[in-house]
Amino acid sequence: MLTAEIIVVGAGPAGLSAAAEASHWNAGVTVFDRDATPGGQLVKQTHRFFGSRAQRAGTRGIDIIRILLDEIGERENARIVSGADVVSRYDDGVLGIAKAGHWFKAKPERLILATGAAEKTLAFPGSDLPGVYGAGAVQTLMNVHGVRPGQHVLMVGAGNIGLIVAYQLIQAGVEVVGVVEASERIGGYWVHASKIRRLKIPIFTRHTILQARGKESVEGAIIAEVGGDWAPIESTRRELSCDAICLAVGLSPLVDLMWQSGCSMSWISELGGYVPARDPSMGSDVDGVYVAGDAAGIEEASAAMMEGRIAGLSAAHSLGKVSDEQFGLRAEEIGRELANLRSGPTGEVVRRGLSKLERAPRNSQVLVEGGDSRC
Amino acid sequence: MLTSDGVPTPRDIEKIRPPDEIRRERPLVWVECFQEIPCDPCHQACPSGAIVEFEDINDIPNVMHELCTGCGLCIASCPGLAIFVVDESEGPDQALVSMPYEMLPVPVTGQMVTLLDRSGRPAGRGEVVRVRNPKTFDRTAVVTVRIPASKVDDIRAIALPGGDVDAK
Ligand SMILES: Cc1cc2nc3c(=O)[nH]c(=O)nc-3n(C[C@H](O)[C@H](O)[C@H](O)COP(=O)(O)OP(=O)(O)OC[C@H]3O[C@@H](n4cnc5c(N)ncnc54)[C@H](O)[C@@H]3O)c2cc1C
Ligand code: SF4
Ligand code: SF4
Repeated sequence: MLTAEIIVVGAGPAGLSAAAEASHWNAGVTVFDRDATPGGQLVKQTHRFFGSRAQRAGTRGIDIIRILLDEIGERENARIVSGADVVSRYDDGVLGIAKAGHWFKAKPERLILATGAAEKTLAFPGSDLPGVYGAGAVQTLMNVHGVRPGQHVLMVGAGNIGLIVAYQLIQAGVEVVGVVEASERIGGYWVHASKIRRLKIPIFTRHTILQARGKESVEGAIIAEVGGDWAPIESTRRELSCDAICLAVGLSPLVDLMWQSGCSMSWISELGGYVPARDPSMGSDVDGVYVAGDAAGIEEASAAMMEGRIAGLSAAHSLGKVSDEQFGLRAEEIGRELANLRSGPTGEVVRRGLSKLERAPRNSQVLVEGGDSRC
Repeated sequence: MLTSDGVPTPRDIEKIRPPDEIRRERPLVWVECFQEIPCDPCHQACPSGAIVEFEDINDIPNVMHELCTGCGLCIASCPGLAIFVVDESEGPDQALVSMPYEMLPVPVTGQMVTLLDRSGRPAGRGEVVRVRNPKTFDRTAVVTVRIPASKVDDIRAIALPGGDVDAK
């Protein structure tokens, strides 16, 4: 059986940052990721990132991966194994891993779960037609594989993801027929909205999609205004001609391994769904298991990188690799930056979610609303 | 309105327009960033200290136009593509607007392009007078176009014949 001081699951910004930090303190780190190449969501983020300069703001997501990989690559005590899906964690802390048709076991002294998130979807008549995509799929098709998802796309959701993917569709030479958003306000940053508006893309706030129309695949979308009670107003129904519909309606944390590990989980809608309890050093309430990034609550790459750093530092500290003093200084430094990042109005939802999580009951796997049915 | 469709109102623009006294003297920055978001690369990019250091990363950029030389280095650094440099020193009729451009193909100097306002409405045609696309701008070109001076508040994008944006 493979053994390691630290195993990180997920090579997105959170997992890579955890590995970079822990290996800096001389811990032996192995990162497993099920994708063919490391980077997580970053492999398709061709736009410049927000955040603080210290967290690589202004740099494109695709280039942030290289910076993190370079940092890790310099060290002999860290390695990344791609194409390796961590499918289970048993009570004795052993992990089951599937890679290239084989299954093997690994046992870490510390485990960092940085598994990211899955896209939410929306059900409406016709939502099963070919041509209805999640925004992540559209981004992967375009920016990783160079394939256009359609020629005329309707975007659903005006959060940052919807606005950014709409912009990237235009860059790929695709017409965006509009962005519909049920809320009366644009959820994403206004600057992202401004830059697609300048390029003629209409944004329909207070609108929703009612139906995808088409025989074999999407031929149009029926949208309508929503009233004060969020119900669609029938008289405002109209059809937009399009051959693809892109759903950007949010993400939910990918937490299967946390449930398996026995972490206390709580449903916190502000953080995207079920999330694990954690202390300020990103330790879950299961001994030796740490969490970081979108898997611990939907946020942003900047926050994911800082949480990853904290988790890597804490795991290395608990292994005796970092003195208490060094740990205190470094943890405070990263913690301050993270708090700063979350301190503004756009961090309000995350702050509310985190404070709810702090107050949520522990060891509540079967007590939470909806029982332990994990869907 | 910004919150509902991303188009700033004249009142929003009022807040960020450089002071009238110096507008005819030299090119000056218009930082069209109206929301408190965690972001600060514009400050780091400015060699003249015209975009004041952020006390809190969520601050709205604080611009000291007296210090701005109009160099345009901040334009490509902004992930929101929210920074423009407007040069009204050319005379009473014409002005130059420098804007970020991330579509293909990148226009060339001398090319005539369609001018677009903040909601993408065509507002005449203008000549590209300069294109900067060095490695340090990291694939965000900065394109300078000549526009009627009366439209300095409005023109904020361009469409190229046959380019990605014009394709529709
Ligand atoms: C369109 C879009 C635009 C964005 N723009 C910005 C932005 O401008 N600024 C910003 O800060 N953030 C942005 N984000 C958010 C950012 O991409 C995410 O917050 C960030 O990637 C989360 O990092 P992570 O490491 O937690 O997860 P991810 O990047 O999702 O990585 C998780 C990794 O874990 C792997 N994995 C999962 N489960 C397993 C398993 N069981 N075994 C093995 N491997 C597993 C996955 O393959 C994946 O590689 C954007 C997101 C999107 C979709
Ligand atoms: S144009 Fe040049 S001097 Fe003016 S704010 Fe931008 S970087 Fe600074
Ligand atoms: S870099 Fe752009 S989006 Fe970021 S704070 Fe400066 S002006 Fe605003």
